[in-house]
Amino acid sequence: MLLGPLSSMRNFGTVIEMMIPITFTGLAVSIMFQAAQFNLASEGSFFMGAVAAAAVATKLSLPPVLSIMVCLLVGAVAGAFVCAIPAILKARFNASEMVSSLMLNYVVLFLGLFILNFFLRDPSFGMLASFPLPDGSKLIHFIPKTRIHAGLFIAVVLVIVTYLFLYKTKSGYSIRTLGQNAKFAHYSGIGVGGAIVSSQMIGGAVAGLGGSVELLGMYDRFQWTSLPGYGWDGVIIAILARNKPQYVPLAAFFLAYLRIGSGIMARVTDVPSELIIIIQSIMIMLITAQALLGKLKHKLVVKETIANGNPS
Amino acid sequence: MDILQMNEISKVYGNGIYANRRVNFSVCEGEIHALVGENGAGKSTLMKVLFGLEKPDSGQIIVKGTPVSFQSPQDAMAIGIGMVHQHFMLVPSLSVTENVTLGFEPMGKAFIDRKTARKKVQELSDTFDLKIDLDMPASKLAVGIKQKVEILKALYRGARILILDEPTAVLTPQETVELFIQLKALKEKGFTVIFISHKLREIKQLTDRVSVMRRGELVASVNTEDVSEEEISSMMIGGGYSGHIVKSPAVPKENLVEIKDVKWKDRNSVPVVNGVTFSVRAGEIVGIAGVEGNGQDELIEMITGLKRYDSGEIQMFGSSIKNEEISSLRERGMSYIPSDRMTLGVATSMSIENNLISTKINDPSIYSGKLLSASKIAQLSAKLVSDFRIKCGSSKTEVSMLSGGNIQKVVVAREFTQNARLIIAEQPTRGIDVGAAEFIHNKLVELRDSGCGVLLVSADLDELTKLSDSIIVLHNGQISAYIENVSAVSEIELGHYMLGVNKQSASDIGRAYHTK
Repeated sequence: MLLGPLSSMRNFGTVIEMMIPITFTGLAVSIMFQAAQFNLASEGSFFMGAVAAAAVATKLSLPPVLSIMVCLLVGAVAGAFVCAIPAILKARFNASEMVSSLMLNYVVLFLGLFILNFFLRDPSFGMLASFPLPDGSKLIHFIPKTRIHAGLFIAVVLVIVTYLFLYKTKSGYSIRTLGQNAKFAHYSGIGVGGAIVSSQMIGGAVAGLGGSVELLGMYDRFQWTSLPGYGWDGVIIAILARNKPQYVPLAAFFLAYLRIGSGIMARVTDVPSELIIIIQSIMIMLITAQALLGKLKHKLVVKETIANGNPS
Repeated sequence: MDILQMNEISKVYGNGIYANRRVNFSVCEGEIHALVGENGAGKSTLMKVLFGLEKPDSGQIIVKGTPVSFQSPQDAMAIGIGMVHQHFMLVPSLSVTENVTLGFEPMGKAFIDRKTARKKVQELSDTFDLKIDLDMPASKLAVGIKQKVEILKALYRGARILILDEPTAVLTPQETVELFIQLKALKEKGFTVIFISHKLREIKQLTDRVSVMRRGELVASVNTEDVSEEEISSMMIGGGYSGHIVKSPAVPKENLVEIKDVKWKDRNSVPVVNGVTFSVRAGEIVGIAGVEGNGQDELIEMITGLKRYDSGEIQMFGSSIKNEEISSLRERGMSYIPSDRMTLGVATSMSIENNLISTKINDPSIYSGKLLSASKIAQLSAKLVSDFRIKCGSSKTEVSMLSGGNIQKVVVAREFTQNARLIIAEQPTRGIDVGAAEFIHNKLVELRDSGCGVLLVSADLDELTKLSDSIIVLHNGQISAYIENVSAVSEIELGHYMLGVNKQSASDIGRAYHTK
C-alpha cells in the first residue's frame, strides 16, 4: 500500500486523477469552513456542476475551446446556486446551514437525475447516461498512459487564487473574521449577512467547477446515478488542511494516495480494503488531534524561552 | 504560620513570554492577602496555577506543609482551595441551591436529596450571613448576589483558602461595602482570602498584607499598613501615577450626535430605555453614570447601530441612523470601544494584526494594488503595538495569548486611530492597570482637544468625574440628572441620582440637549 501507487506511471497517474476533484471540493469546503459556515452541500454542488456541464456540452454545439469555457462557467454557476440556498436560509431565517445543506444534497441528486432522464438521456445507450460528450468539450489528457487531464492546471491556479482571495482581499478578510467571531465582525462594520452568503456561494462555485472539470476530464458521458462522494472527501481534506487553501493539494494528494494504494493492495494481497479504511481513519484522527501537537509545541517554546533567558 | 507556599513558580506561555518567573509567594492562615500588579504582570496566571487550571513549568506548591501537585481544579478544591472567577460561572436556569451543590449533591437512595441540599446551603448561608434567596434562578440575580453565590459555592466545596479575582470590578459601591464586611467576617472565622485587585483604596481598607507583581515577578510582600497607596502604585509600575488628569476647560462646538426621546423595550415589553434626550458636541467629553442595568448598555447599543430603537430619533453627524449600517456609521467617523471586549472587541483566535485592521479594511494605505499588503499591515501593527505599549511577542501573536489589559489596548489602539469625530467609550479602563488607564485617559483628553466628541460610559465614578466635562445620570432608563459643573458634584450626590433618591427638574434635565 505504501509503495503501490509509485510502482508504475499508470498507478501514479490514477493518484493524480483522483486528487483533482477532491482538490476542488477541498478548496470549496475550506472557504466555507473559514467563514464557520458548515455547509455540506459541496456534494450537491459538485454533482450539479457536472450535470450543468453535461447539458451545455451535449445540447449546445459550440466550437471546441469556447465549449469548455462555457461548460465550466455554467458548472460553477450551478454549484454556486446550490450552495446559495442554505446560505440564504441562514442569512434570512437563521436556519442551520448544516441541516438544510445535508437535506439539499438529496434534492439536488434527484433533480439531477430528473434532468438526465428527461432531457439528456441517450435512449440508444444501454444504461442511464447522457448523450456522448463531443470531443471538442473534453479536457485534453497530456501525459501518455494516464488520464491526467488539463483540470490539473485549473486546480493549481484555483489553489493560488483561493489563497490570494482569502488572505489578500477585503472579502476574504471579512469571511475569515466572520468565521472567528461573528459578533466582532458585525461590530467592526463588516456586512455579516453578505459574508455568510458570499462565502457559501463562492464555495459552491468552486465545487461546481470541480464537478464540471471532473466530467469533462474523465468521462465520455454523464452517467452518475448517485452522489459521487467527492463533497465528503472535501470535508476530510479541509479538516486535514486546517481550512488553509495552500495545504489543500497536500491533503488531497495524501487522501488520493491512500485510496489508490488501498485499492492496489486489495487487488494484489489478501488484506481486505476495509482494513485500509480503518488505517485511513486512524491516520486522519492522529493528524487532526490538535492537542497532541499543541503539547509538543509548548514544550519547544518553553525550552527555547528558558534557553534565551528572556523575561518578556 | 504559612498555610500556603508557592516556591520558585515559573510558567511560560505559548508565545514564549514568561507569565511567571521564579515567583515565591506565601500566605498566612487567616489573613486577607492582596495580590496586585499591572495587567499582564502574572497575577491571574499565578492564581490559575494555584487553582490547578494551569500547570507550572517549574516550581512547587506547598499547602499546610505538604507539597501538592494539582492535575485539575478538582484536586485544588479537594485540598481546600476555592476560586471566585471574574466572570461568574453559574448555570442561569438553575436555582441558587442547585448551582451551589452542582456536582456535589447530597444523594438519597437514587436521586438527589433536595431537602438536605437546601438545608445544607441554608445553614452555610446563615453562618456567613449572606442573605440570599436560595430558590431564585441564577439568571434573575443581581451581579452582587451572583458573586455571593460563587463564594457560597466555594465554601460548600470545603474551601479554606478563597481566591477572589478582581471581585469589585463589577460591583456598585454599596455592594462593595457589603462584600468587604462579609470577607472580614470570613477572616474572623479563620478563612484565608487572596484578593486580586487594581483598586488601591480597597486594598488599604481591606487587606492585611499585600504582594506586588511586576512583569511576571513578585517584587514585594509587605504589611498593608506599612505602605501608602502611592508606594504600592510605584512598586507596581515603577513610577508614580498621581491619578490626576490635566485638562483644560472644554470648548464645545456643534452637535455630533443628537438623541431625542429614544425608547426601547425588551422582549417582555419592559421599557429599558424610556425616553432619553441629550446631545454630544464636538470637543467635549460627556459621561454617563448609572448603576449597571439602568439602560446605559442598551442606549449605547442603539447609538452605535448594534440595536434598532423602537421610537424616537437618533441623529449622528446630521442625519438619522434609523436604517444605517454600522459600516457607514464608522465610515462617517464613529469609533466604539465596547465594554464586552472579549466578544465584541476582538476575535481572540486571530492575530493582533488581523484584529487591528478590522475597521481599517477600507483604508487604501494597507493595500498594494488590489491586494492586502502583508508588509504594510505589519508596519502599521508594529507602530500601534509600540505606540500603545501592547506587551506581546510579536504582532502576529494570537490575541488569546494576551492578558486582559493588553487585549483592551489592542481594541483602544484600533479605535483611537480611526480619525474618528465621535468616540463612544464604554468602560474603557475596566480591569486595566493604573499605567494603561492613565494612558487611555490622557489619550481621550487629547482627542477631545483635537475636536472629537467623546461619550464615556463608566462604572468607575472616579474616572467619570475626572474625565467628563458634563455628566448624565441614568436611572431606570431615564435621565435623572444632567450635571454641567462636574467638579462641584460629590460622589454621594451622584450616588443619590444613580439610585433614584433624587431627580432633577425636567428643565434641568432638558439642558442635556444643546440647541445651537
